[in-house]
Amino acid sequence: MPMIEMKNVSKWYGTFQVLAECSTQVEKGEVIVVCGPSGSGKSTLIKCVNGLEPFQQGEILVNDISVGDPKTNLPKLRARVGMVFQHFELFPHMTITENLSIAQIKVLGRSRDEATERGLKLLERVGLKEQAAKHPGQLSGGQQQRVAIARALSMDPICMLFDEPTSALDPEMINEVLDVMVELAQEGMTMMVVTHEMGFARKVAHRVVFMDQGRIVEDDAKEAFFGSPRSERAQQFLSKILHH
Amino acid sequence: MSTWDWQVFCKDTIDGKIVPSCFGSGGDITYLDWLLSAWGWTLSVSALALLVALLLGSLMGILRTTPHRGLVLLGNAWTELFRNIPLLVQIFLWYHVVPALIPPLRSVPSFILVVLGLGLFTSARISEQVRAGIQSLAGGQRMAGLAMGFTLPQTYRHVLLPMAYRIIIPPLTSESMNIIKNSSVAFAVSISELTLFALQAQEETSRGIEVYLAVTGLYFVSAFAINRAMLFVENRVRVPGMIGGGGH
Amino acid sequence: MLALDFSFLTPAVISGYVVKGFIFSLQLTLIAMLGGVVLGTLLALMRLSGRPWLVMPAAGYVNTMRSIPLVMVILWFFLLIPLVIGRPLGAEISAIITFTLFEAAYYSEIMRAGIQSISRGQVAAGYALGMSYRQTMGLIVLPQAFRNMLPVLLTQTIILFQDTSLVYAIGAYDLLKGFEIAGKNFNRPVETYLVAAVLYFAISFSLSLLVKKLQQRIAIVR
Repeated sequence: MPMIEMKNVSKWYGTFQVLAECSTQVEKGEVIVVCGPSGSGKSTLIKCVNGLEPFQQGEILVNDISVGDPKTNLPKLRARVGMVFQHFELFPHMTITENLSIAQIKVLGRSRDEATERGLKLLERVGLKEQAAKHPGQLSGGQQQRVAIARALSMDPICMLFDEPTSALDPEMINEVLDVMVELAQEGMTMMVVTHEMGFARKVAHRVVFMDQGRIVEDDAKEAFFGSPRSERAQQFLSKILHH
Repeated sequence: MSTWDWQVFCKDTIDGKIVPSCFGSGGDITYLDWLLSAWGWTLSVSALALLVALLLGSLMGILRTTPHRGLVLLGNAWTELFRNIPLLVQIFLWYHVVPALIPPLRSVPSFILVVLGLGLFTSARISEQVRAGIQSLAGGQRMAGLAMGFTLPQTYRHVLLPMAYRIIIPPLTSESMNIIKNSSVAFAVSISELTLFALQAQEETSRGIEVYLAVTGLYFVSAFAINRAMLFVENRVRVPGMIGGGGH
Repeated sequence: MLALDFSFLTPAVISGYVVKGFIFSLQLTLIAMLGGVVLGTLLALMRLSGRPWLVMPAAGYVNTMRSIPLVMVILWFFLLIPLVIGRPLGAEISAIITFTLFEAAYYSEIMRAGIQSISRGQVAAGYALGMSYRQTMGLIVLPQAFRNMLPVLLTQTIILFQDTSLVYAIGAYDLLKGFEIAGKNFNRPVETYLVAAVLYFAISFSLSLLVKKLQQRIAIVR
């Protein structure tokens, strides 16, 4: 049973089709990178996985639970799926410690002490232990994104979704975030990552999904994708991105 | 113009004799007593109406940002209804029309009716601000809350509202000052507040300028006090690392 | 439960009581808007002039007006104007003067924001073309500021229209007064207040819809 399974997912905004019959799956422990030109639907696709974006056709199963089924308890499902956003989305009015513990307390029902301890442990892991008492606005973008990863991990997720985690960062901060992600991947976390960082893809991805105009155009093992992508669009995209 | 005569406030309201202490005794009151009690009515009407407006305005503003079409419609209709009828007309509706149509309300004191009228009128404006405050947070905050497994109410409680309220403190401050000013329409239904005092004391004493100056001064002081209080609150809840109160 | 009966509101009653008041409310709104915008623009220019002897009186005037309840301002002018000009003045004329001067304070804040929204580069471009201050303001800055602020100016005018009902305090004959008198004479106050509320709502709401449309159009042209 795959951790994430998508079958023929289609989505429209009014009459405009943003996703067209997208199918793919992520096995347990697998890392897949989703890439494609802007507007190709990759961010929308990843937000469908935990039901942040509704879709009109097809089916998505996460750990065998149907996301689109109205009977599914979405908050419960989302609590088990970690997500990292392009703009970090830490809660600005809370300290870093509170950011790391609030959902553990309110959603998982952990005690404050337990949640704080777990949060601080993860904060140490991303190398930011001494920032615990600060507010997000006092941290750099790279630091905020590392906190955001720790926040997602604090919920003990069964898989992680990354939505362009480095594209809002200044170039010198990208690596500190990628390093954390690489480490996670090497530990065997199941990850679905929307990114243009092909270095990351080469290093840890098992498969690469290439999207264009709402469709999944390529879904290949990493070696095959970087060796000889089948579609012309993917070749163009790769040559643009790699020569940038 | 004639000279000032501030002693008018020391006069007894019945026989017009000047009371040495300026305060009445034994059931008689001076104009100063009356002025202070009128100030008390102005402040009570304003404070209670603000409470009503904050509760209902927040509720309606929140409804307008939910993903449920029916709730959005309810919030919108509420806001448009209470925003597009003049306050004085709304006060008359509460005073003359509502009790006539709903008999149990006939025994409700007019003070309460005015509080409801002013409160609901202001709730429309507060609903606008609450809605704008929530919408000014990028949609990502809502998604981040939901992605953590929060339910929609939890997302509002822990993620959206704490920031939204910080952002809208400045407009809420001016709305709170407006409510003091707007409470003056209560004179029209005979609430013994500052404006009614101004009208009546001016007529009885013919010292309109002194009376109006005192009343205007008290309106100033009240609004200024609210302004300071809200600034204090704003500083207390300021988030480190953010300019102003927040926002992207 | 009271039975509502609107049958007494015949065309004759409406034209006898209501129309006169309605016309005055509209007059008051239009005059106060035009006068208020002109005076308000002058006040805004004074406040932005950078000369303390212009800035201070303008700021003092605007802040004073904005911190006093409108009803008190109406009462103040009704009391003071006769003292200044030496003879009593009708409630209607007094109301027109009051609202024009009062609204000027609010319109001036809108125009100030509008002028400040125009980039300094526009002023520089005007001067670079050899224009005087007056020309730069009149031909370059104010037309743009006015256009950008048109929706806000009109929204303020809707508020102004609603506020005209406050001339009740000095007994001027406006729309609300017309309904009130009709209600008293026919002993039907509940019905007349209801109709008054519906009428005020219909006018304000449709105007606000128009402003929304206008806002969208301006947003597109930009």
